[in-house]
Amino acid sequence: MKMTNNEYDKLTKKHSPNTKLYLTLPKAFFIGGLICCLGQALFNLYTYLGMTELDARSVTSISLIFLSALFTGLKLYDKIAKHGGAGTLVPITGFANSVVAPALEFKTEGFILGTAAKMFIIAGPVIVYGILTSVVYGIILYIFQIMH
Amino acid sequence: MITKMANIIKDGTINLQSAPSIASYASAAGKKEGEGPLAEYFDYISEDVTLGENSWEKSESKLQQYAFTNALSKGSFSESDMDFLFAGDLLNQCVASGYGARETSIPFFGLFGACSTMAESLSLASIFVDSGAAVNAAAVTSSHFCSAERQFRFPVNYGGQRTPTAQWTATAAGCAIVSPHGAPPYVKAVTVGKIKDMGITDANNMGAAMAEAAHDTISRHLANMGQSIEAFDLILTGDLGKVGSDILIELFQKDDIDISEKHNDCGLMLYDLEKQDVHAGGSGCGCSASVLCGYILPEIAKGNLKNVLFAATGALMSPTIVQQGESIPGISHAVHISAF
Repeated sequence: MKMTNNEYDKLTKKHSPNTKLYLTLPKAFFIGGLICCLGQALFNLYTYLGMTELDARSVTSISLIFLSALFTGLKLYDKIAKHGGAGTLVPITGFANSVVAPALEFKTEGFILGTAAKMFIIAGPVIVYGILTSVVYGIILYIFQIMH
Repeated sequence: MITKMANIIKDGTINLQSAPSIASYASAAGKKEGEGPLAEYFDYISEDVTLGENSWEKSESKLQQYAFTNALSKGSFSESDMDFLFAGDLLNQCVASGYGARETSIPFFGLFGACSTMAESLSLASIFVDSGAAVNAAAVTSSHFCSAERQFRFPVNYGGQRTPTAQWTATAAGCAIVSPHGAPPYVKAVTVGKIKDMGITDANNMGAAMAEAAHDTISRHLANMGQSIEAFDLILTGDLGKVGSDILIELFQKDDIDISEKHNDCGLMLYDLEKQDVHAGGSGCGCSASVLCGYILPEIAKGNLKNVLFAATGALMSPTIVQQGESIPGISHAVHISAF
């Protein structure tokens, strides 16, 4: 029997299980939430130790990035992310992991063509389009300010 | 002198009249595979994923070497007995095979058939021996989870999630040595696969991309040889995984053929799907190679299996072409392996 691609696609969909959202969503919520709580706890600690709010915010981000890089190097971050999903991807820790993981993976090809060149293969698009949208929003804000 | 003649029947099916023997075979497996249901059948199980090497590609080459040297010694062969080496893997330029065979001086064919490469290499080795172009020929293939991930997907330590239809690339290798008719198992016939593209674009659903190729090749083999499904104890695909296997069974149902009782898949046999968390099952040319050379061939030699149609399947996926929006072509080669 000859099948069209359309019929085959229907057959594929029928046999392909979907993501179990009732499991993945709560896990992402709790693990992502825990990372955010850790960030808040660090912020409170740093302000308690006498930092200004602005400094404490920066140091909190730096701490989370450090911890994420450390956990990536210890081969633990991907194990947490397996359950965390977007909960580990969206916070700054996910960004750090996406830079450190290729940096480590491609070090076999050398520090220049491996580590450095491949470091942003995942994070690169985030940086490019992040900067691009910030420019666009900047222009919009500028126009609004002129009009007022 | 016996006239040996590999003769084509039609439409890609070749009858091997001398029925060459698979005189020796060996398998090598990684740590995770060595914790799976087939652990006791592997000739070698690595304690870690690196195999003591400093790159994943070298680790994979070493795995291939272990399978090859074990197959040589199990069959009391020496390297100089091999007329040709048919080797393949998943990596660009078949580097695991090329570097794996660097220390040998055996005339070398590098093959790429994605996860179908074990059937492709075994087919070619058998045709060479049957036609008299070789006395002994070795077929060896491998895959490594980490070398495949970095080439096809993400760095190993990247915190991504796999979809339920994704398959796990096996860290494993297998080698079969084909010689003139002697002790079983025998290679009776081969059906060469055709490229089948059903428009699947999801690189995380390889089973779906390959199922029609397996359906086409198995159907052609049966039709061209004038055999029914009853002629076989086992229709062994590899590596359709859970999704592809379910699709294959339904494709045959539409032809009014029930293969569900006869069918199994290397990707479903290598791992405990639930406990080992491999989602839809195993994949990679090492998966079908290690299952065939570690478990199936010995079972045929012992007579526990009489006739097996080994139809390894490959998704000819390139990340570059998939990113260009193209769909993924599949291929499947079938080898009839018999105890008689």
